[in-house]
Amino acid sequence: MNGDKLLEIKNLTVHYESFDATVHAVENLNLSLRHGETLGLVGETGAGKTTTVKSVMRILPDPPAKIVSGEILFDGQDLLKLSVKEMRKIRGKQISMIFQDPMTSLNPVMTVAEQIAEVIRLHEKCSKKDAHKKACDMLELVGIRPERGSDYPHQFSGGMKQRVVIAMALACNPRFLIADEPTTALDVTIQAQVLELMKRLKAQYQTAMIMITHDLGIVADICDYVAIMYAGEVVEYGTREHIFNHTGHPYTRGLFACIPDIFTDQNELEPINGLTPDPTQLPEGCRFHPRCPHATERCAKEHPENIELAPGHFVACHLANKGGNENA
Amino acid sequence: MLKYIVRRLLMLIPVLLGVILVVFTLMYITPGDPVDSLLGDNATPEAREALREELGLNGGYFQRFYNYITRLLRGDMGICYATNLNVATRIAQTFPNTVKLATFAVVFAVILGLSFGVISAIKQYSFLDNLVMSVSMIGVSMPSFWCGLLLMLLFCVQLNWLPASGFDSFACVILPGVSLGLNSAASIARMTRSSMLEVIRQDYISTARAKGQSEFRVIMDHALKNALIPVITTVGMQFGLLLGGAVLIESIFSIPGVGKMMVDAIKARNYPIVQGGVLVIALAFCLVNLVVDILYAYVDPRIRSQYK
Ligand SMILES: Nc1ncnc2c1ncn2[C@@H]1O[C@H](COP(=O)(O)OP(=O)(O)OP(=O)(O)O)[C@@H](O)[C@H]1O
Ligand code: SF4
Ligand SMILES: [Mg+2]
Repeated sequence: MNGDKLLEIKNLTVHYESFDATVHAVENLNLSLRHGETLGLVGETGAGKTTTVKSVMRILPDPPAKIVSGEILFDGQDLLKLSVKEMRKIRGKQISMIFQDPMTSLNPVMTVAEQIAEVIRLHEKCSKKDAHKKACDMLELVGIRPERGSDYPHQFSGGMKQRVVIAMALACNPRFLIADEPTTALDVTIQAQVLELMKRLKAQYQTAMIMITHDLGIVADICDYVAIMYAGEVVEYGTREHIFNHTGHPYTRGLFACIPDIFTDQNELEPINGLTPDPTQLPEGCRFHPRCPHATERCAKEHPENIELAPGHFVACHLANKGGNENA
Repeated sequence: MLKYIVRRLLMLIPVLLGVILVVFTLMYITPGDPVDSLLGDNATPEAREALREELGLNGGYFQRFYNYITRLLRGDMGICYATNLNVATRIAQTFPNTVKLATFAVVFAVILGLSFGVISAIKQYSFLDNLVMSVSMIGVSMPSFWCGLLLMLLFCVQLNWLPASGFDSFACVILPGVSLGLNSAASIARMTRSSMLEVIRQDYISTARAKGQSEFRVIMDHALKNALIPVITTVGMQFGLLLGGAVLIESIFSIPGVGKMMVDAIKARNYPIVQGGVLVIALAFCLVNLVVDILYAYVDPRIRSQYK
């Protein structure tokens, strides 16, 4: 076991099975993350980002979701082999998660302080009163007046709700935080505030983090590593610098083309045409080939292996090792 | 909240006036004469006329309605033709029995409906879920009086476990209460299931799980309380149907409740009793719905803040 790795996902495959179709949400996915680092998980809608991180928490809806194969090592321990009870001790305490939409991730019939206190009471031996006190302290930490703890979620704005969710996620000082598009549902100025808050708390508590986002600006801002997901697979993985400066995969370059090029010095941008493939009927070979401007015959037949462009920078593309695609 | 309750209570006045008007009109236009059943067929026309005069059956529609309302406002609901007792006294004798029956039925329906609805939802598409949903489909479509007759045949006639009539011990409440509540139990189970399924998919349920909360607590503390909101509406509506069903069930099981009293009174054209009975049932229905709305506010803070 690699000692300094906090999280290691190996060959994870997750399907959603219904009567007539199987959604291949995640296929053979590999990822790893060291203590205190931040990994950006980027990809279009439906790429399987949420599915991946929910597998780590083991909170996928079952049925229909099935973890078909793989290992999820957290501190060298396979989370998928833990009993329900052992897993419950990890959730909220060691690993916390911030969900995609703050509007719906708080229980409408409980006060916010109650909801924060709940996680504290679950993992720390303390009285109801102490938990409540600590919940109010957490609110203060994220910039909400502690008196508002007795209010209900509907009395808060979206940005404040997301702060509450962050307070809840950090209440037990987890070593690993999963943030699933924590700012997508918020408007731009609030987004910046929430991100700033997350950055500050992350630095303060040395929390490792997976940040799911569509926004490459956020990646540039806070991530050490980046994994690009396409149709259930990681197609490119590496340090932020590598991904931004030596983009290896045609899909990643397409993503950069969608934003004004302040982050890249590429002069030839290739916006991605077409739609994400139907996850019940994924294309043969490279899953990106129907949309890839460089696709060859081989791409339609043969699934590309991971190629290490530079140490720690992996690309799953047939053209990657030729070096020709970087300035194609 | 208090202001809201007072406002709702004031709104009772026009509602009850409407009920009185409708029932009075219905009784006025129904053919038949109370004198027939009081004096029999052989009475002389003079005696009949005298009795009609005495009962105040002689004026026109508006005259009689005016008389009725003015007496009602003084708290006088009239005299029961059959027993010569005050209508209020008769209601005081019978109403507690109806309350007992209805309460048993509601409690039975809520307990049964909620538990099976929740189980069905968390084990969606399992054998148990299919079973509960099939049985509840039958339950919803089965009229309570028919169900009452079947249960009576089985438990009173065949097995001889429970009394078929009377209302003097707890055992007497079980069978009519169950017959009356089954319908509602089925509706509540179906409503609870669909509402739970809706709630379980919500993000805040995942949030609760992500905190490390146990599945049992996630269901009881987080899901059920949210799922209850539409279920409470169903219970409120069921209560109205249940009072209607009580009229039949009381007749079948010979329970001396308001329902049976009213059925007997309708047969005998015992107008004051019919009017008094309808009035008290309408009042009960309105009050229960007020309680339901207050419960709403108790369960859902979003509604609570609207009431202020
Ligand atoms: N409960 C479910 N039942 C069936 N299919 C599902 C379910 N949840 C997700 N999927 C499918 O799995 C695939 C991956 O979904 P996932 O939610 O992981 O995507 P995502 O990358 O998080 O997208 P987004 O950016 O929109 O959040 C999608 O094709 C989606 O339709
Ligand atoms: S393998 Fe082929 S189709 Fe896939 S990304 Fe590379 S060039 Fe494009
Ligand atoms: Mg998602």
